[in-house]
Amino acid sequence: MYFSDETQKKSRELTEKWQHDVQETLKSNPDQKERFTTVSDLDIKRLYTPEDLTDMDFARDISVPGEFPYLRGNQVTGYRGRHWTFRMFAGMGSAQDTNARWHMLLREGQTGLSTAFDFPTLMGYDSDSSRCLGEVGKCGVAIDTLEDFLALIDHIPLDQVTTSMTINPPATVLWAMYCAAADIKGVPLAKIGGTIQNDMLKEFIAQKTFMCPPEPSIKLISDTVEFGAQYVPRWNTISISGYHIREAGATAVQELAFTLRDGIEYVEDIIRRKKMDVDDFAPRLSFFFNSHIDLFEEICKLRAARRIWAKVMRDRFGAKDPRSLWMRFHVQTAGCSLTAQQPYNNVVRTTIEALAAVLGGTQSLHTNSLDEVLCLPSEQAVEIALRTQQILAEETGVVNTIDPLAGSYFIESLTNEIEEKAWEYIEKIDAMGGMIAAIEKGFPQMEIADAAYKFQRQLESREKIMVGVNKYVTEAQHAVPLVEIDEKTGEEQIRRLREVRRKRDHRAVKQSLTDIRTACKTGANVMPYCISAVKNLATQQEICDVYREVYGEYRDPGIY
Amino acid sequence: MSARKIRVMVAKPGLDGHDRGARILARCFRDAGFEVIYTGCHQTPEQVVAAAIQEDVDLVGLSCLSGAHRVLFPRVVDLLREKNASDITVIGGGIIPEQDFQMLYDAGIKAIFTPGASLDSIVDWIRTNIQGRD
Repeated sequence: MYFSDETQKKSRELTEKWQHDVQETLKSNPDQKERFTTVSDLDIKRLYTPEDLTDMDFARDISVPGEFPYLRGNQVTGYRGRHWTFRMFAGMGSAQDTNARWHMLLREGQTGLSTAFDFPTLMGYDSDSSRCLGEVGKCGVAIDTLEDFLALIDHIPLDQVTTSMTINPPATVLWAMYCAAADIKGVPLAKIGGTIQNDMLKEFIAQKTFMCPPEPSIKLISDTVEFGAQYVPRWNTISISGYHIREAGATAVQELAFTLRDGIEYVEDIIRRKKMDVDDFAPRLSFFFNSHIDLFEEICKLRAARRIWAKVMRDRFGAKDPRSLWMRFHVQTAGCSLTAQQPYNNVVRTTIEALAAVLGGTQSLHTNSLDEVLCLPSEQAVEIALRTQQILAEETGVVNTIDPLAGSYFIESLTNEIEEKAWEYIEKIDAMGGMIAAIEKGFPQMEIADAAYKFQRQLESREKIMVGVNKYVTEAQHAVPLVEIDEKTGEEQIRRLREVRRKRDHRAVKQSLTDIRTACKTGANVMPYCISAVKNLATQQEICDVYREVYGEYRDPGIY
Repeated sequence: MSARKIRVMVAKPGLDGHDRGARILARCFRDAGFEVIYTGCHQTPEQVVAAAIQEDVDLVGLSCLSGAHRVLFPRVVDLLREKNASDITVIGGGIIPEQDFQMLYDAGIKAIFTPGASLDSIVDWIRTNIQGRD
């Protein structure tokens, strides 16, 4: 029992009196609207009281930081020992341009790097592929070969800075480039640290950057987990991501549930396929969530995420190492909450979303720039976004105490509610036979499509408000300067790629690709072969084409 | 005999995977009483055009959020013309900077809808500008 009988009794009496007063007041002063809901459309009550926490047990459900169920965080010292990592997602045009942006961010106090690749790289195509018309360097940096990669990490101390790479189907290739680059720079693999996103299930569900079908996609992921556990112990070989699920229109509960169920699917596959002990890899599993505009819903979602994962790892997988029970996550503020209209308002939205992430106990954070809804961020916009984190960390005092909202009737009640609803989804997907089976049925895709459509209709009817879009609309806009990627960037990239193709040792490339093909066919771990191949200057598409050839290609079923 | 229903194809050309808007529109068009074909992501302009002709649609709505619209949208219009299918109207949407509008209109894109455009305004445009063909 969280509260004594006496407190509960008092609470009941006072709440009844208050309810009576509310009814009286409503007669003359009605509420502004019928329903008060979160951005995900969860109903929120007018008031929360001890009665909402009747079944709660402090030791079992809340506890302290560093103790099961890790609701309050993994680290016993919270942000006092160390702030979250300021990690801005950046990638533009060429490797040289992106490297320059990285150095600017590090100079301005960023503490970790994060790479945005362009669509050809994300999809496993070289810059001169006919599939890439108009796309090269547009949404991120173009990387075709190890030479581009070496330019990307120029003068970056790989043993001191951790680097995150948002890369999925070609994750083995880009990670192989990182490993090869470290080798060339004389940094031992044991000393490099970072993250590859490498989460294919959410691609089929939401982000739609896919290449091979689900089953072989997961095989490649398990290869990286195995290779990392053996040789690159400081690397997070997967970042199980809810971010894109949310951006596709999911609710907070769906984001949480589908992400954690994806995590379960990966753990099961690694144990089954690689015969690894759960504690040998679980500490390197990392997560990535969205922080949307509904402050309390996001805080509760992140707290619930830690508690569910701890239970999953302990009870479902029998993990013993406390670090296996920790859910470590990166957060990005919600791109989909930003508006092209009155874009300067986006600074305010991002600030609130960043605050939610911090109050939810994130380990790492990207804050969107005000112009990211229109184009790649300008230097000025990205600086404001980074400063937003620094102001939160250094000025506001929100880091002074750990999990400051714990014990709030509302926060604990909403955390419980979100957790319960997430479990319902997880159990439903279990009953379907797991996430791959659910994806094949189109279940998560359809749930998200329903939620996205509902939200859009609520915007149209003004049941949900976005300032500047469906309320407080103005004709005159304060325009922001747009960053444009020069069309010449693509031409230049293609020239560099062709130069590399001309000068490399063709026989060595061919042999490397044959070795990868053999590994794919025999089920051997592809990572060592990928590292050799990129060192021999095989292009990323050449390696991905081997995967396509052996494993087949996945096509978007176009569910709506 | 009444005119047949308006047939609309929502298409995602290029490598862009941002399909939230495209899927919402596909559903909205269905609710509006149109016949809807949705291509899914990662279509080449050639695939979009072949599907549009095959499905005998009245209108193709292209969605692109990657910045590749400047190349991909005009390419779809050109290919339709080459295949003698210029009677298919092409509209577009996504993250399209205003400064690109004129170049897309000149290339034959009939309307452009960007974030904040209401679903109703898009449906109205189609009802006003497209007659279901027999």
